[in-house]
Amino acid sequence: MFKSILVANRGEIACRIIRSARRLGIKSIAVYSEADRGALHVDMASDSVCIGPAQASESYLNMDAIIEAIEETGAEAVHPGYGFLSENATFAERLAAADVTFIGPGPDAIRKMGDKIESKKLAQAAGVPTVPGYSDPLSGAAEAKKLAGDIGYPVMLKASAGGGGKGMRLVEDPAKIEDAFKSCVAEAESSFGDGRVFIEKFITTPRHIEIQVLADSHGHTLHLGERECSIQRRHQKVIEEAPSPFVTEKMRAAMGEQAIALSEAVDYVSAGTVEFIVDADRNFYFLEMNTRLQVEHPVTELVTGLDLVEQMIRIAYGEELAFGQDDIRMEGWAMESRIYAEDPMRGFLPSIGRLVRYREPVTSAFGITKNVRMDGGINEGDEINRFYDPMIAKLVTNGDTREEAIRHMCWALDEYYIRGVANNLGFLSAVMHHPRFQRGELSTNFIADEFGERFIPDQTEHKDLDLIVAVTGAVHRIAEGKLLGLQSRNLSGNIMSKQDIHLDDKKVVVLNGTFFPIVTSDANGEIAVRVRDRNFRIETDWSPRSPIFAGAVNGEPISLQIEKEGSHYSVQHTGLTAHARVMSPLAAEMLGRMPEKEAPDTSGQLTSPMPGLLVSLEVEEGQDVKIGEPLAVIEAMKMENQLFAERDGVVAKIHLTPGDSLDVGELILELR
Amino acid sequence: MFDIIRQLEERRARARAGGGKKRVESQHARGKLTARERIDLLLDPESFEEWDMFVEHRSTDFGMDKSHIPGDGVVTGHGTINGRTVFVYSQDFTVFGGSLSETHAEKICKIMDQAMKVGAPVIGLNDSGGARIQEGVSSLAGYAEVFARNVEASGVVPQISMIMGPCAGGAVYSPATTDFVFMVKDTSYMFVTGPDVVKTVTHEDVTQEELGGATTHTTKSGVSDMAFETDIDALEQLRRFMDFLPASNLEYPPVIPTDDPPNRQEPSLDSLVPENPNEPYDVKELIVKLLDESDFFELQPDYAKNIIIGYGRMEGSTVGIVANQPMVLAGCLDIDASVKAARFIRFCDCFNIPIVMLVDVPGFLPGTQQEYAGLIRHGAKLLFAFAEATVPKVTVITRKAYGGAYIVMGSKHLRGDVNYAWPSAEIAVMGSKGAVEIIFRQDLDDAEKIKEREQEYQDQFANPFRVGARGYIDDVIMPHNTRWRIIRSLRMLKTKKQELPWKKHGNIPL
Repeated sequence: MFKSILVANRGEIACRIIRSARRLGIKSIAVYSEADRGALHVDMASDSVCIGPAQASESYLNMDAIIEAIEETGAEAVHPGYGFLSENATFAERLAAADVTFIGPGPDAIRKMGDKIESKKLAQAAGVPTVPGYSDPLSGAAEAKKLAGDIGYPVMLKASAGGGGKGMRLVEDPAKIEDAFKSCVAEAESSFGDGRVFIEKFITTPRHIEIQVLADSHGHTLHLGERECSIQRRHQKVIEEAPSPFVTEKMRAAMGEQAIALSEAVDYVSAGTVEFIVDADRNFYFLEMNTRLQVEHPVTELVTGLDLVEQMIRIAYGEELAFGQDDIRMEGWAMESRIYAEDPMRGFLPSIGRLVRYREPVTSAFGITKNVRMDGGINEGDEINRFYDPMIAKLVTNGDTREEAIRHMCWALDEYYIRGVANNLGFLSAVMHHPRFQRGELSTNFIADEFGERFIPDQTEHKDLDLIVAVTGAVHRIAEGKLLGLQSRNLSGNIMSKQDIHLDDKKVVVLNGTFFPIVTSDANGEIAVRVRDRNFRIETDWSPRSPIFAGAVNGEPISLQIEKEGSHYSVQHTGLTAHARVMSPLAAEMLGRMPEKEAPDTSGQLTSPMPGLLVSLEVEEGQDVKIGEPLAVIEAMKMENQLFAERDGVVAKIHLTPGDSLDVGELILELR
Repeated sequence: MFDIIRQLEERRARARAGGGKKRVESQHARGKLTARERIDLLLDPESFEEWDMFVEHRSTDFGMDKSHIPGDGVVTGHGTINGRTVFVYSQDFTVFGGSLSETHAEKICKIMDQAMKVGAPVIGLNDSGGARIQEGVSSLAGYAEVFARNVEASGVVPQISMIMGPCAGGAVYSPATTDFVFMVKDTSYMFVTGPDVVKTVTHEDVTQEELGGATTHTTKSGVSDMAFETDIDALEQLRRFMDFLPASNLEYPPVIPTDDPPNRQEPSLDSLVPENPNEPYDVKELIVKLLDESDFFELQPDYAKNIIIGYGRMEGSTVGIVANQPMVLAGCLDIDASVKAARFIRFCDCFNIPIVMLVDVPGFLPGTQQEYAGLIRHGAKLLFAFAEATVPKVTVITRKAYGGAYIVMGSKHLRGDVNYAWPSAEIAVMGSKGAVEIIFRQDLDDAEKIKEREQEYQDQFANPFRVGARGYIDDVIMPHNTRWRIIRSLRMLKTKKQELPWKKHGNIPL
């Protein structure tokens, strides 16, 4: 076996690879940029080398620096992880030339599968169906129009060199095909320096399902079943699972067979993924092949029991696969959530900053194994910066059934505690609790259909507000109880006397503006809370220093986040963020009598949510706009982001022009 | 006898009715509670003992003899907050607009005198139109009597003012002489002369809110320590605040049991201070990670934000925190910040509350605006207050401690008891660039040489060892261990005794 492996990556995937290397007794070498000096993957590795400044182009994408690090440390092999140099054929070749093993497929396979048009031709030749369309670049708008007519609308125009959602145009109306073609070519040229564009049929309720393949250098190619990755936002995967609730045994076998055929056609070696788009009638079409370890590989690992990184290392070392296709079993169900630093309130804009508080979910509570796997790479106090991907970690759960995996995910999300950086935890919870998601009726349009462009945590539905009220009441009782222990001494050390006070068992919990009268009492080490006519018995060892409430309510384990902010509690549970306050009945009565204060209206002001650049304005002064309409596009963290109207109105004044740089909170325009 | 009891009931009912249904409704319509409702929310249930319910004014001029309401516009008495005695007066705007008459003042003075005798805080809930003009100078004399008692009580029992309505003219000087002034947003205002007079005299057009609203006093003037959204919030938070304070200068601050471990480590603090010395960080993260249960009651959060003050607890016991905030003006000391911190330190010293200083200060803010306004005198207040304080004083230098500001911010030389430095601490006369430009003036043309000298200076002073060698700091501590180290020092300092030489009082540069 290799003596040492250099991991040419950062973050969670670097940590993930180092873990497998450790287990195999292989020394791991981390590389890091100046921004990652104190990063977890550097701490975990046996050895580490700084390879340049923060910008990825000068560090994690800098082949010279990485090869120098290999020479310096004598690493025998390199695992590229995903992203960065993982699908770079030149890098694989340069390693080969330096007599260092690249843990991944050969350069030829990388190159062939990296080209959208060529890979499609290869697929067709191998008998793998592709989406109806023409993989040759279009010669011009006229041809686009003709072919679109042949395929039938709706059609999709796609840049040959495209990826990540860029350089794509959906055309539903024949009248718009020519304009769409022109803008698609322009975007392809500016984004990828390659103006080739092809056309294909657009699938209306598409699901994204992919097959994991594993091939050794002795001519064995297997598939490890599918993963469904239909929960996407702007072509970015958010939730993945294995198996897919949509795939039948027969379909799995057919997809697997075709994935193997395609892999064999390019002499594929190592782990790879063949991605398919699947329509409502279970027809599947080849999309592309990713010649690397996928972000979502853990779900396959949890259902097959295999360690894909280990397999990649063994294959790269020249070992033969120790099992055959018949040995592969998919057992149980696994679910993965990608935790992103992004702000759901602001249209999921990436968020940067210091992780002031960061606590991953625990893997066991009340002696129940919660089947939680954390693929993390970050510590409390680390910075989410603008240089790299805003993914904080991956949370993976499993269970015997899909319901169980979802239930474990829900618990784990409730326990996950992140402060300092906006994140999508609440949103993920809301998806997990969504009936359509639970029914498995997925499509890549799921998020757009069910949530639109934004997610507002304090307007999320909750199936049992009484439960939140009960827990808040219990927490308040514990906190108030502590105050009874208040003691003071005079300067001679004598304890000062105090009037006995007794806590009023009757309270009113005001939750997001609704009044819930409650009665609390102590009952054999538990707290009993009556909310209207319902009784809750709450068992917990919560204390005011903990932001997470973990306990059992009527015997059911539950965790939720509860923090005191001034006179309010902020409670987070299953995607809902609620503002609660616990008051005496008298105070509640007075509150109910008070005229409501008018909050100053800032919804008419469009301000920049983050530092960046104003790319374009979508409106003019004097224009009528409706709530949710895009107003401006800003570029931040190398991503273009739309900003939307928070209410109806007329554009009163525009303060900036495209090209202006933006500070956080800078006023862009005002509505009237 | 039976008749007397019936009369008593009637009189009580009349007093409780305040200014009558209509006025109470109008008070409610403004989003304000009545004087008695406020007391009910502030104090523990059924703990209030009212005094002087039957007091009526003695004025006979301008038809006042025909208008008597028992209580005369202020409700006074004592009760408890979480079991501890406080004295309260609550002005009743529904009765003669809460205006202060001779007898109204007497009622306030009575509870203040009693509070001084028993050593309990005085809380004033202010909601008054001002002097009872019909009474003329008797009313002014009433104010003066209250002020005199405010001054006498200062440093003996904590005095807290909650402004819950108008507080104008001479009346403002009672809250101004108390220890803390809180306000309610949108419904309270304080000014010496109102908008009408301002208009006549200076031709300035200004609204009540702009001139003396909660926003003005919490952001611009620094008169108020904190503003709350509503009466209910304000009173709830005031209860929380009182739990931090001792009842008098003869008591230690109260202790609330906690299970937050004293030796709790916070590994993330090791990466709090950025590598680049010019990059800011939020010192509030440090504060909340040091305190029990992350519970921090910040005062003046929107005024002179370059310094943070407030109360928290360590091992259950109150500590006063003073911290430079690198996020604002790089944490520089200016006039407002110096005065804000100085007054806070003096309160802590009056009432036996240990002080924890968290230092990252590049110096005093330069400029004519500051110098003309008397930065010298005002900066000296902070120095004076800290040096004079005899309570336990623990200082942690997290990063910069330059020049005079180093001395002022809790240095050993000003009788800091325990002074710690983080490994990132730099204690020097000034930053290396400025220092080199003075020491090596002759090399200024040679950029290369200057750079070298800068590095040299940096190597000499950009670490805590130089001052460690002189004993100006007691130890270099790891950031993650800061809570534990402070707590150990505070335990050791529990029995601290330091006497200042006898004097009538010092002469702080006011």
